[in-house]
Amino acid sequence: MKFLDEYRDFSAVQRMAQAIRFSTMHPWTLMEVCGGQTHTIVKTGLQSLLPKEITLVHGPGCPVCVTPLEMIDRAVAIARQPGVIFCSFGDMLRVPGSTQSLFDAKALGADVRIVYSPLDALKLARSNPKRELVFFAVGFETTAPANAMAIWQAERERIPNFSMIVSHVLVPPAMEAILSSPACCVQAFLAAGHVCMVMGFEQYAPISRKYRVPIVVTGFEPLDLLEGVQMAVAQLESGRAEVENQYARAVRRSGNRPAQKRIAEVFEVTHRAWRGIGEIPSSGLRLRDAYRRFDAEARFAVEVGPVEESGECIAGLVLQGLRKPYECPAFGTRCTPDTPLGAPMVSSEGACAAYFHFGGGKEDGDPLVSIAATGH
Amino acid sequence: MAILSCPLPRPATDRILLAHGGGGGLTNQLIETLFLPAFSNSALESRQDGAVLSADGAALAMTTDTYVVDPLIFPGGTIGDLAVNGTVNDLAMCGARPCALSAGFILEEGLSMETLRTVVVAMQEAAQAAQVPIVTGDTKVVDKGKGDGLFLNTTGIGVVIAPRAVGPQSVRPGDAVLVSGDLGRHGIAILSVRGGLEFEGAITSDTAPIWTAVEALFEAGIEVHCLRDLTRGGLSSALNEIASVARLRITVEEALIPVSDIVRGACELLGLDPLYVANEGRFVAFVPESDAGHALEILSSQTVSAGAVRAGTVYENSSGIVTLRSRVGGNRVLDMLSGEQLPRIC
Repeated sequence: MKFLDEYRDFSAVQRMAQAIRFSTMHPWTLMEVCGGQTHTIVKTGLQSLLPKEITLVHGPGCPVCVTPLEMIDRAVAIARQPGVIFCSFGDMLRVPGSTQSLFDAKALGADVRIVYSPLDALKLARSNPKRELVFFAVGFETTAPANAMAIWQAERERIPNFSMIVSHVLVPPAMEAILSSPACCVQAFLAAGHVCMVMGFEQYAPISRKYRVPIVVTGFEPLDLLEGVQMAVAQLESGRAEVENQYARAVRRSGNRPAQKRIAEVFEVTHRAWRGIGEIPSSGLRLRDAYRRFDAEARFAVEVGPVEESGECIAGLVLQGLRKPYECPAFGTRCTPDTPLGAPMVSSEGACAAYFHFGGGKEDGDPLVSIAATGH
Repeated sequence: MAILSCPLPRPATDRILLAHGGGGGLTNQLIETLFLPAFSNSALESRQDGAVLSADGAALAMTTDTYVVDPLIFPGGTIGDLAVNGTVNDLAMCGARPCALSAGFILEEGLSMETLRTVVVAMQEAAQAAQVPIVTGDTKVVDKGKGDGLFLNTTGIGVVIAPRAVGPQSVRPGDAVLVSGDLGRHGIAILSVRGGLEFEGAITSDTAPIWTAVEALFEAGIEVHCLRDLTRGGLSSALNEIASVARLRITVEEALIPVSDIVRGACELLGLDPLYVANEGRFVAFVPESDAGHALEILSSQTVSAGAVRAGTVYENSSGIVTLRSRVGGNRVLDMLSGEQLPRIC
């Protein structure tokens, strides 16, 4: 398949892995920011191709994982209102709230549907004028333009029965939050390519300078990720800390201006709580006043009880790259994708689920590496 | 940095979720915690596609399956031929030649007679192709809104012709893993016509009876150790079930597993993994290394398994896991599907 096979080519990948092995002199810890990158790394077994000096830690870039418990409870409560058709992206449906997931709500009779685009949700609103269509807008800057577009379109067509729960989050503030933690172990970032495709990468230069950390804008295919690692390692080995763009076939320095314009027109920056991490200032998006009538939280005044996140799960530490999923005592035993204790075990982009599915159960050391060591 | 907190445990579910029927972890949990303890007997506990029973010295295989596919008529088939092929294939996986089928119809008030006729004709044609008569049946009609047009159950009985036990317990280290053709066509064909996706393509279901291919293996004297059709949960779930019962490690090469470009493309777009997507005319066969080449020749000569390949090997290892060497040469565990396979967000 064109534009995919080239980036999954066995020889090209092996050559790149060799180049990394050749140029790595010291131990380095790199964080891939986006859950999509984590997914590729574990799905293709990339870690097993890297020298043991390189540790990849998985960042907070899984929208499902960082959506706060309270927001999920609110979504479930709204989904259960009479007359509501509740739409979201697939992964979001399985995330446990404090008592129910959206799938549980569906089993109890709520009309919960998976859509691939917010514009499909808008279409459902048009074709079901007597129902209230609510879309759960989660995600990073990548999904923000399409969600903004749906609101903009609903406004233009004066569609009265469409609204959104907006739980958007922004990547650069989360990277800063990780870097400013005293326990931070991340020495370089592979920045999320698709976020940068929308937003560009100018905003990373101050972060790179302030924390003296290499940031490489990186794609999602195996060869992209290895090249990203190679560029980051080259910077680290030579003592540089710059912003570089590995994903040049998709990302321009200034990003996608029309998409940014649409986001800025519909949304504004707000403080946002991240599940497992806590509130990060200016790290989310909410609807501007001019579009507030599409705010589902205002339209459906649902009461959500106080929520308490409890003891056993170390999701917060995993999301910051401070722990590997298998270092959690509950990993693979009390916490599995069927019985998740925390969100990272739910989404296939979540670090814990990725390790569970592709890395196997808990073993001594890194399961991916120990499998690689057995050969075949 | 904010104070770290952790999500709450999820209470055990007290309702049936869709994923309980998904063929993955929750289905297994349901079987292990409810059905097996309730109905406990040796045939059931072998956890095969069908039960093997002995009757007056003859070995009989019996299997049942219920079909709830939406839509009823899809590219490449209907619920009718699916119900015949699925049950015939489950018998084949026990090494049994199909002898007779039953058909139970649950019809929803208001179902178009034309649709029912199309489904019945498809069943008749599939039964004829598989050379198996439908010898008994039942019809019930439920109120409008209480069924999805048409649900269909078929039960099949067959005579076991396999000279030795066929199943995960017969798998041995060194066995070759043969996959009978390209994967994922049924699942993607169904998705392509489900409401909301608006996904167009010339993709048709692979629904087909696989008995002729299986029979050819036995007739040629191939020492077949295990057979499994790759329905719900796809290749990964089948291999995981076998590895876990056999307490061996199965290793497959991603680059050797055939997936058509159109299925790969659809999976890329939809965020799915073809190794977990359902098939209705594909199976995996475990044979000794010494028989692998001959078995592959036989499968390749049969229409239904013309695209057969050797995809992997069985190794000694009590962990009962499946590992995959990825297209780019990395190694990982190929896990059982948990819940429904859901599209990812970005």
